[in-house]
Amino acid sequence: MAQPLVKKDDDRDDEADYSPFLGIEKGAVLQEARVFNDPQLDPRRCSQVITKLLYLLNQGETFTKVEATEVFFAVTKLFQSKDIGLRRMVYVMIKELSPSADEVIIVTSSLMKDMTSKTDMYRANAIRVLCRITDGTLLTQIERYLKQAIVDKNPVVASAALVSGIHLLQTNPEIVKRWSNEVQEAVQSRAALVQFHALALLHQIRQNDRLAVNKLVSSLTKGSVRSPLAQCLLIRYTSQVIRESANTQAGDRPFYDFLEGCLRHKAEMVIFEAARAITELNGVTTRELTPAITVLQLFLSSSKPVLRFAAVRTLNKVAMTHPMAVTNCNIDMESLISDQNRSIATLAITTLLKTGNESSVDRLMKQITNFMSDIADEFKIVVVEAIRSLCLKFPLKHRSLMNFLSNILREEGGFDYKKAIVDSIVILIRDIPEAKETGLLHLCEFIEDCEFTYLSTQILHFLGIEGPKTSDPSKYIRYIYNRVHLENATVRAAAVSTLAKFGAMVDTLKPRIFVLLRRCLFDNDDEVRDRATLYLNTLGGDGAVVQTGEDVKEFLFGSLDIPLVNLENSLKNYEPSEESFDIYSVPREVKTQPLAEKKAPGKKPTGLGAPPAGPPSTVDAYEKLLSSIPEFANFGKLFKSSAPVELTEAETEYAVNVVKHIFDGHVVFQYNCTNTIPEQLLENVTVIVDASEAEEFAEVASKPLRSLPYDSPGQTFVAFEKPEGIPAVGKFSNMLRFIVKEVDPSTGEAEDDGVEDEYQLEELEVVAADYILKVGVSNFRNAWESMGADCERIDEYGLGPRESLAEAVNAVIDLLGMQPCEGTEVVPNNSRSHTCLLSGVYIGNVKVLVRLQFGLDGPKDVAMKLAVRSEDEAVSDAIHEIVASG
Amino acid sequence: MELCPLIKNILLLDSEGKRVAVKYYSDDWPTNSAKEAFEKTVFTKTQKTSARNEAEITMFGDYVVVYKFVQDLHFFVTGGENENEIILASVLQGFFDAVGFILRGTVDKREVLENLDLVFLCLDEIVDGGIVLETDANVIAGKVASHSMDDGAPLSEQTITQALATARERLARSLLT
Repeated sequence: MAQPLVKKDDDRDDEADYSPFLGIEKGAVLQEARVFNDPQLDPRRCSQVITKLLYLLNQGETFTKVEATEVFFAVTKLFQSKDIGLRRMVYVMIKELSPSADEVIIVTSSLMKDMTSKTDMYRANAIRVLCRITDGTLLTQIERYLKQAIVDKNPVVASAALVSGIHLLQTNPEIVKRWSNEVQEAVQSRAALVQFHALALLHQIRQNDRLAVNKLVSSLTKGSVRSPLAQCLLIRYTSQVIRESANTQAGDRPFYDFLEGCLRHKAEMVIFEAARAITELNGVTTRELTPAITVLQLFLSSSKPVLRFAAVRTLNKVAMTHPMAVTNCNIDMESLISDQNRSIATLAITTLLKTGNESSVDRLMKQITNFMSDIADEFKIVVVEAIRSLCLKFPLKHRSLMNFLSNILREEGGFDYKKAIVDSIVILIRDIPEAKETGLLHLCEFIEDCEFTYLSTQILHFLGIEGPKTSDPSKYIRYIYNRVHLENATVRAAAVSTLAKFGAMVDTLKPRIFVLLRRCLFDNDDEVRDRATLYLNTLGGDGAVVQTGEDVKEFLFGSLDIPLVNLENSLKNYEPSEESFDIYSVPREVKTQPLAEKKAPGKKPTGLGAPPAGPPSTVDAYEKLLSSIPEFANFGKLFKSSAPVELTEAETEYAVNVVKHIFDGHVVFQYNCTNTIPEQLLENVTVIVDASEAEEFAEVASKPLRSLPYDSPGQTFVAFEKPEGIPAVGKFSNMLRFIVKEVDPSTGEAEDDGVEDEYQLEELEVVAADYILKVGVSNFRNAWESMGADCERIDEYGLGPRESLAEAVNAVIDLLGMQPCEGTEVVPNNSRSHTCLLSGVYIGNVKVLVRLQFGLDGPKDVAMKLAVRSEDEAVSDAIHEIVASG
Repeated sequence: MELCPLIKNILLLDSEGKRVAVKYYSDDWPTNSAKEAFEKTVFTKTQKTSARNEAEITMFGDYVVVYKFVQDLHFFVTGGENENEIILASVLQGFFDAVGFILRGTVDKREVLENLDLVFLCLDEIVDGGIVLETDANVIAGKVASHSMDDGAPLSEQTITQALATARERLARSLLT
């Protein structure tokens, strides 16, 4: 019994190995191609040879120029054969060879003959081939046939001409645009795909004419489109029209009914396209969203993975902006956690993490733990990031979430995954004070057994900064000192620095630290020994326990605020002499890259694609930047930096945005400028500010930008004095003034003489919200109770008619510029009232808590009760003032 | 902004990830080695999944890939990250079924290689330069099979029905053994 079975298997193995292309060789096949020249063509044989040639090309084989030319000429001979099958292979082959212009001439007449043939298949394919290989000159000759073909009664011919038109529009727009009438006729075709191709071409012809696109959409949405693909296109065009007409007026959105109607289409691709389009509408309301969410929810339980994936991916995006709208799908979503398809499962998990409420966190974490063990690292990273934002949303849950992170940190995983976890823990430690000590211990345990040097050193550095500030710093010492024994030199050196930081900050630990550092003096690595020596000396390790001086702390904890490139240059230029190297002589300005270097080919981002101008917008970076400018050094501590506000339209000659830096008695405007004209170099760039509508402000300093070459952003600053501690507001008008010099684009050199010029920028306002910092509290209720009612101020306001409750809530949050707490910024579907909790710090470091109670009064009118608690009644009053005047 | 649905590539690989027939419609992979690298990633990422009944889907980098396996063949269709997944799936289904019709139900690597000319024609009829030409497997197979007929008429209903019947029979047999 077993015998024949085995034998059969053997046979099958032989079969599996068999391939008609076994041992195929380019040289031999090219030889075989000579049969194309035979006077008596054998169509079967020729077809086989073409297949072999195509197989070689498909496998990545390339033909030399000579070989390709030879094959091409041989193939053209095959037009003599009347065999349809062979002709089809010839068409495919010519397209693959993409012949040069002088070769194209050889086949033109044959193809033109086929184009006017009675056989539909010849006409359709000849059009596709000819349009693929042709250039503009030939196109005018065949234009007449193409126009005819577009309205041909055979759909395959019409589609071939239309699709070719779409391709040709890229290279010869002026010719294709002349076919509008025929294309318009084809849009009405009864053949589904002809309609699709015609619509795509018609829209591309008219895409720059907004009015025409509008007309096209309004006539077609009345319902004459049959093909599902064409309907998908129409949905895309419709959302584009909606987007562009968004700011005309309030009220019902145009074409929304069409999109909603498409949700009941019979083709799934149309239903999905419409649902997705609705979720992506600008400022979509809950009412508009609901029907789209409902159909997506149905898709979630489909038997087809593609539908489940499409739905969960879209809902995942919706959850970022409208988490409450997605909560209805949570039950379906939870069952997807065990989906066979891991992409779907991951998307389901991250969606749940975004929409989950505080009470469901623990249950979710349990489900995820099982799931984590069998997915790839890239999916795990997505989950870790989602957990991080969940933890920031529900700080009270930090214990279980932090535990989860530390558990997965101990499991197997690659560098990127581990780094994502460590980064998350670090962020949680920074933002949630209660999580600090457990978080630090988790990190300590992790470096006990960490295979990544980079992560170990980063964690040691972080421990050095945060560890000494904890209630019992001594418990971290053991973990750190263990590194000095067990690790490579890089980690050992980092551990030595961390020990020194503990020594500097915690006097009681000093004697013990000195003992440990002295042991490091015998390390076999130079860097480790040098660091130990340096720290022993700076901390006074020669016995006496003294208070660590401020300058030592600055040395240990301060960051190097000098660009490394500049330091490197200065050190290279320094000649050893009696005079020691002076670090203060190193220039601090960041050099803009020379123009010539920037001229790298193919690199010219403009408009939306361009990177945001200016340095990274973290407060630390701003603070460093500002303090390095002598004029602003004595302004004191930076209170707040706003997000950049654009002062120019997109795609203008010069792009300028401004960051408002608020100090106690000053305001500094940082103008980030980008020059988008390659032929210009701007010099001595300043912004002339007119503060006549900002009475309390007086200009005290300005710092011009010496030069602004093409495409490398630079900054200029203007500083104002204002009454100390008072939230002065005002309007400022801005004018960019500069000297412009012509640049020769080929050499990148600027002319010597420049012309002075000005450029009007938009106005800029300093508003009350600029004086409030977004600072969250982890438990609003506790904070509210402990603040007490001493300085409480309560009042009621009518906000008038609003689009929705959510819109009103967001408007007030934006106005106050405060941090929403405990996820209360999200308004549940269809609710008639809502409470929102905000917290922040007012200028002068006064903590402020706000409780907003919103209610719908009538169909659209929103009423609000505002309760403010702070440490100072004047501040509580000031908050009411902002709302009253806002 | 590109509004027309676009196909980035169609791949037909064998059970070891080697190329059987592929067609790229996008410049995202300019060299053969870039193409091979992409094929390798796609293959290894999907290898362990079962995509034999329903088409499966995954996403990596900027691409959405839908795929379906039969015997020792792996079919893939790739689109950009914002492409409508269901459109991609309909192209995949069109290609998959058309190859099934052409090979009269016996779809494996050997049959495909034996009829590679027809499979190339099939690819040529589905997508032109990234734009979907046709997704109906009947029509695609019809156009390819018009091959042997002189009048260029589509494959008659009769032959399609026959092909379907053979396919069903083969499937039933493979389920029984």
